[in-house]
Amino acid sequence: MAYTPHTPDDLAAMLAVVGVPDVESLFETVPKAVRLNRLLDIPAAMNELELTRYASEIAGRNQSAGTEICFMGGGFYDHFIPALVDQLASRGEFYTAYTPYQAEASQGTLQAIFEFQTLVAQITGMDLANASLYECATAVVEAAFLAMTSTGRLGRIVMSDAVHPEHRQTLATYLTNLETELVIVPSVNQRTRPEDIAAALTDDTAAVVIQQPNFFGTLEDAETLVQMAHEKGSLAILSVDPISLGLLRNPGLFGADIVVGEGQSLGNIMSFGGPSLGLFACRSEFMRKMPGRLVGETVDRNGKRCYTLTLQTREQHIRREKATSNICTNQGLMALRAAIYLADLGPGGFRQVAETSARQAHKAAARLAQIPGVERVLDGPFFREFVVRFEPGRLASVAAERVRSQGILAGIPLSGYYPDRPHDLLVAVTEKRTDSDIQALALALEVALACA
Amino acid sequence: MKQKNHMEPSGSPPLLFEQSQPGRQSSVLARSSADAEPMSRLIPGEFLADKAPDLPELDELSVVRHYVRLSQLNFAIDKNFYPLGSCTMKYNPKRNERIASLPGFASVHPYQPSRSVQGLLEVLYELQNYLAEIAGLHAVSLQPAAGAHGELTALLVAAAHFRSIGEKRANVLVPDSAHGTNPSSAHIAGFDAVTVKSGPSGLVDLDDLKAKLNSQTAVFMITNPNTAGLFDHQIGTISSMLREQGALMYLDGANMNAILGVVRPGDMGADLMHYNPHKTFSGPHGGGGPGAGPIAVRQHLAKFLPSPMVVRRESGGYELDNDRPESIGRVRATFGNVGVLVRAWAYIRSQGPDGLKNISEMAVLNANYLLSSLKDVYPVPMGDRCMHEFVASARAMSREKGVRAMDIAKRLLDYGFHAPTVYFPMIIAEALMIEPTESESRQTLDQFILAMRAIAQESPDVLHAAPSTTPVDRPDEVQAARNPVLRWRRK
Repeated sequence: MAYTPHTPDDLAAMLAVVGVPDVESLFETVPKAVRLNRLLDIPAAMNELELTRYASEIAGRNQSAGTEICFMGGGFYDHFIPALVDQLASRGEFYTAYTPYQAEASQGTLQAIFEFQTLVAQITGMDLANASLYECATAVVEAAFLAMTSTGRLGRIVMSDAVHPEHRQTLATYLTNLETELVIVPSVNQRTRPEDIAAALTDDTAAVVIQQPNFFGTLEDAETLVQMAHEKGSLAILSVDPISLGLLRNPGLFGADIVVGEGQSLGNIMSFGGPSLGLFACRSEFMRKMPGRLVGETVDRNGKRCYTLTLQTREQHIRREKATSNICTNQGLMALRAAIYLADLGPGGFRQVAETSARQAHKAAARLAQIPGVERVLDGPFFREFVVRFEPGRLASVAAERVRSQGILAGIPLSGYYPDRPHDLLVAVTEKRTDSDIQALALALEVALACA
Repeated sequence: MKQKNHMEPSGSPPLLFEQSQPGRQSSVLARSSADAEPMSRLIPGEFLADKAPDLPELDELSVVRHYVRLSQLNFAIDKNFYPLGSCTMKYNPKRNERIASLPGFASVHPYQPSRSVQGLLEVLYELQNYLAEIAGLHAVSLQPAAGAHGELTALLVAAAHFRSIGEKRANVLVPDSAHGTNPSSAHIAGFDAVTVKSGPSGLVDLDDLKAKLNSQTAVFMITNPNTAGLFDHQIGTISSMLREQGALMYLDGANMNAILGVVRPGDMGADLMHYNPHKTFSGPHGGGGPGAGPIAVRQHLAKFLPSPMVVRRESGGYELDNDRPESIGRVRATFGNVGVLVRAWAYIRSQGPDGLKNISEMAVLNANYLLSSLKDVYPVPMGDRCMHEFVASARAMSREKGVRAMDIAKRLLDYGFHAPTVYFPMIIAEALMIEPTESESRQTLDQFILAMRAIAQESPDVLHAAPSTTPVDRPDEVQAARNPVLRWRRK
């Protein structure tokens, strides 16, 4: 039985201090009628050697980007993570601390979050960012709720169907018991048309939600979409791929009100989808209604600069049911990793990651389009993710499955989200993908498609 | 009693941005060949930024030193006793870190097909089963990202249940001793939160519950053991009262560390509950996250759980099941906070059934040992026994010497101990909520007892001036909130 230190002498001495004959007596307030009178039906304990061996064997049964060539995206990307991110973030002083409620004992965590908030504001071009939310889908939800409370409009949220399907589904779940309607605007040729957004807007629309680049990888005319929202007095919520901000104009430049994003690609492992972090940035007028934790700079009693959690009157532990959100945490460790990643890359390194991802993605798109029976779905602008379509009769899921046996994770078949698109595969490229990786994918797909 | 240690850094180090030097560069992760075509040939110029974002420019060693220095400003489990009530700051086993970082867990893409992740799905399937067994309930969703997210998800499940039987119930009842997330989650889920009072002994006031419980009550959210560290022995009566009205019982699993293998929420009458695996099952707290918030429910509610769930097919293989028509849907993207869940799985496999029970027994013993050793100096209003934590009150000291709970908390930092949770639960004045966990040795507990007793003897001036050994003194919270500075800006 690991992890409890008491010797028999300790136990005897401690029970004597408490004044009970045995540990069992400490549970006398638990009625006998509800107690469990047997051991839990779970497997027997394993020691560290046994567990490590067993877990390694199980982990070895998974394919992963650690062993395969990964072209999968959809919010989670196989970017390179510098060694110092792991080394620094796994220091016990960061790793095994908790929420920095005692500021004097938590200045490391607090300053790291303050810097994270600044870094996110810098890459998004927004006034402010919070200490992070759970992940992107719930960040979209929080953005929609902030729009509803700050505009006082509870009628609808307008969202393009080119927003990540899981983010749309999450918002729909949250709105189930509320009056607000989620109106989905279909995209055309994988882009959201401004006139379609305009047509969906009403006087009681709180916000328009746009993803840039969208789920298909296509670059939206985000600037016009933001204008459309503003013309009707709605807020514009932009969901961004943070890596793209190394290269693309940031949403602050064209008037977005709230910017959210999936932060995994900033120095965090994919870990089958979590834990990751939701980025959340906005204009300063929403400061006192923002969801999530915020760290502010102040001074201590000696006038020394220091940092503390602030504006906590927004939060549930003080406001209870009147809080702006029920969120009680941030993704501290993931935000720390993102901050270390950005600090290490700097402006030049960050831009290079974005540029190289984009260049390799364009190479891959051109190469895959040369395969007989494969075409790019749309010849529009994209950043690092795009859709290829296989000829009729060739299911994307089947092709991807054949390629997987060659050690390549080819992409995300769209049929899981869009049943009317069985032939389409969403392919993502990061700076890790070399020319020979791209060639390997192309050759493997050629073989796969040549099979009957 | 100044104990300045000059090996420790003092004050706040320069910000990353203040260390930046134009043109300095750390990591080069990618290179573009010199003859590469201009970016504007690939992406139209209207989308492209004129320049890279305004990030700090540092060399690699400066980045390393900066973060090492910051880390040294923190208290943490790995170096300090951290008796933060309600947070279960137990040891985070290092073996779990190595297991979670195996590439077959850490580097798996969330949208890989099930056939490529059979090992991981097996781990998650097993964890669903373990959590169901520990809860005494039938089905588990691993999707929620944190405890509060689990609360909200469970309340959405409850709403779906009432909708399915043609009822719309408006209220969720929450004890006044509950975590603030309970009423907040109820509100977000579309319910009105109604407060139920605690009696003088800290347990649910059954008369008040009776007065507020009616056919409009969807759910009663109970934390048991409660936030005062007491097991509410009225649980059977409460369960019957709820059943008579057709209301559901939700158990806030924040305090599961007290009852593993001793009593199960389902056997107490709970219909739904959440776990905090980052507390109970040793996931590191990471300076405030990541957590996870799996929920367990009774059989008739299983069909409403979020999708996907891990299922085992008759062939023996595992799959993610999305074909669940009555599900409330998703509450987030991807499967869940898998890294936290893998650690919980590893922890449960390290412990086995005897180990888990031992953990709760030792957690309860440690708390009672501290209670018994401190109650003559720090009165414990809710009685002489507790479960895994207890709430002492500095009310008398506050009246007699003007020393408040916060002063004691700050002074403890000078003795090298993290502070307890203060001013919570709100039903106890000047609350000091102390949870030692099972990890701590008798020697550590004794040192803490000595420190607490010494503090009780110290002059109010010393306590008001505390802390005196930390890198900074008490922050001016009022200024921080009145004139918020939430980011660095170039001067």
